[in-house]
Amino acid sequence: MTESAANTHAEGIGSAAEPTRRDFIFIATSATAAVGVAAVAWPLIDQMNPAADTLALASTEIGLDAIELGQESTVLWRGKPVFIRHRTPEEIALAKRDDSLSASMRDPALDADRIRQANGDAGKEEWLVLQASCTHLGCVPTFAAGDYGGWFCPCHGSHYDTAGRIRRGPAPLNLLLAPYVFLSDTVIKIG
Amino acid sequence: MSGPSTYVPGSAFERWLDQRLPIMRLAHDSFLAFPTPRNLNYWYTFGGILSFALVVQIVTGIVLAMHYVPSISGAFASVQRIERDVPFGWLVQNIHSVGASMFFLAVYIHMLRGLYYGSYKAPREILWILGVVIYLLMMATAFMGYVLPWGQMSFWGATVITNLFSAIPVVGDPIKLWLLGGFATDNATLNRFFSLHYLLPFMIFGVVVLHIWALHVPGNNNPLGVDVKSPADTVPFHPYYTVKDAFAMAVFVLLFAAFVFYAPDSLGHPDNLIPANPLVTPAEIVPEWYLLPFYAILRAIPDKLGGVLAMFGSIGVLFILPWLDTSKVRSMRFRPLARWGFVLFVGVCLALGWCGGQLPDKAVYQSGRYVQTFEYRTAAGAIATGAISARTSAELERRAHAEEARIGAAMITMHASVAPFQIKVVQLSQMLTLYYFGFFLLLLPILGLIERPGRVPDTIAKAVLKDAATAERSA
Repeated sequence: MTESAANTHAEGIGSAAEPTRRDFIFIATSATAAVGVAAVAWPLIDQMNPAADTLALASTEIGLDAIELGQESTVLWRGKPVFIRHRTPEEIALAKRDDSLSASMRDPALDADRIRQANGDAGKEEWLVLQASCTHLGCVPTFAAGDYGGWFCPCHGSHYDTAGRIRRGPAPLNLLLAPYVFLSDTVIKIG
Repeated sequence: MSGPSTYVPGSAFERWLDQRLPIMRLAHDSFLAFPTPRNLNYWYTFGGILSFALVVQIVTGIVLAMHYVPSISGAFASVQRIERDVPFGWLVQNIHSVGASMFFLAVYIHMLRGLYYGSYKAPREILWILGVVIYLLMMATAFMGYVLPWGQMSFWGATVITNLFSAIPVVGDPIKLWLLGGFATDNATLNRFFSLHYLLPFMIFGVVVLHIWALHVPGNNNPLGVDVKSPADTVPFHPYYTVKDAFAMAVFVLLFAAFVFYAPDSLGHPDNLIPANPLVTPAEIVPEWYLLPFYAILRAIPDKLGGVLAMFGSIGVLFILPWLDTSKVRSMRFRPLARWGFVLFVGVCLALGWCGGQLPDKAVYQSGRYVQTFEYRTAAGAIATGAISARTSAELERRAHAEEARIGAAMITMHASVAPFQIKVVQLSQMLTLYYFGFFLLLLPILGLIERPGRVPDTIAKAVLKDAATAERSA
């Protein structure tokens, strides 16, 4: 009698040797609840991702007429600044000269790759279109500062050359290309 | 430590209440009769001061939220309106912004006190860890609060800090996008920061309750680091420490008020009075003073991921501090080597704070000057040699131009200029960062094993009463 009572009791709490039906129900219920919690949590987390209207701000068209040789225009694309630089022959020459060093750069790239259009066509040497956010922590670098003739980031001291390649400082990557195409000789579309 | 309750309901109502919700008993046992070591000094008053600071921030914050407009078009103007037009808005806004600095000042003293007297050691590990959690929540709250006025420092601070997460491999960029709610710091970012800035103080409040609960299980540590062994070692919290805390708080409020009324903006950065502009980064981005040491650690490592890891690691190491310190003696009063390590640590933290506010390439120490030698053709046609020197490279360049104008001829050969030996801010930061981590990861584990501690008193009462007797004799 006592023995059988003990057995029943052990069965009730689910002994390690023999899982009972009740164990199964407990596990199945908790698993269902966990999935339910996750299903409710996801919308609450995902709502913080960019909204559809934010994602839709995808492209912008810019006329190049107003940008004189040696000048730079900063335009907003997706809320972030983009440099459109009208490069001088000296800047182009400097960038091309350093192509020979590109293999030893942190983020190797040739000048021709840096001006390439988004559709894969070659760009025009005098037009450099780059995202103006330092790849370190997102500050806007300034031109004609730093040791490589290009941009310098005042926040943490990254130096970029006249093709926007990272040459010195903490930034891990070259200034990102802004995806652009020439719509005509004097108009580009970014995005 | 708390022992059996000594609460005696004073009236029929209190008796009635006590049987239904013993809240008066809880308050009596926790804050009036609570047995507290009799030797706590003024460094122990900062817990009370911090509770006060939290309440001040919550109350003034709720008021500010009644006038603040959380949108990129309205935020900056609404803060200015609070400062100028809202009745007493200037006072509430100043208290809130100065209050953040006061809060951190108090928390740093509170943490260093815990570090010096070994308050993180068994059985108070959870108490310490909860404190570090509060500190982390405080930093998150302060950061998001700094973004709300939507000035230049707000905007670029938000950009830089959210970009820290992009250093994480693979998931970094999606996380950054998720935090910002867009491709750049924008309206979505400002709105969520406002929402979270309102939420987090209440989370801090919750963890503070746990912190006090965890404190009241083993009871206070004390400057001797000796456990309470008998009632002779303690005094009731009230009136002894309520009065001591109140006095310290009054002194603290004097300092607080001095800033609020005479220098409310001195702790902030003037650039934050320029409205946010996503096209222009200020020449110098610096966080508020209380985050500067971590900023210096971030910049000390010349690698993006490495810098971010070092910065988070510098706080992460605090979580495991209870298990890093191998010494059996709590109070550094009795640890002749560790106490000097501690003094140096405090100095290093202050120096890191200084470094965080300087440009990374600035020279801290320089022996000698920049020198440039050159040759030029004199009016007579002969070739002569000249030299100029300057303290900085920029000055050298200016001098070179001035020199050219003076001798009236172009320099025909410029030899490479000779730079003096320099220690730059970034190099100093590296040395200081090394000590910061070395203190926790090497010094504390090793010192506990090799150090010969001084004689620790048996009981608090004995030590305190002996001191009193000695003082009486000499008087």
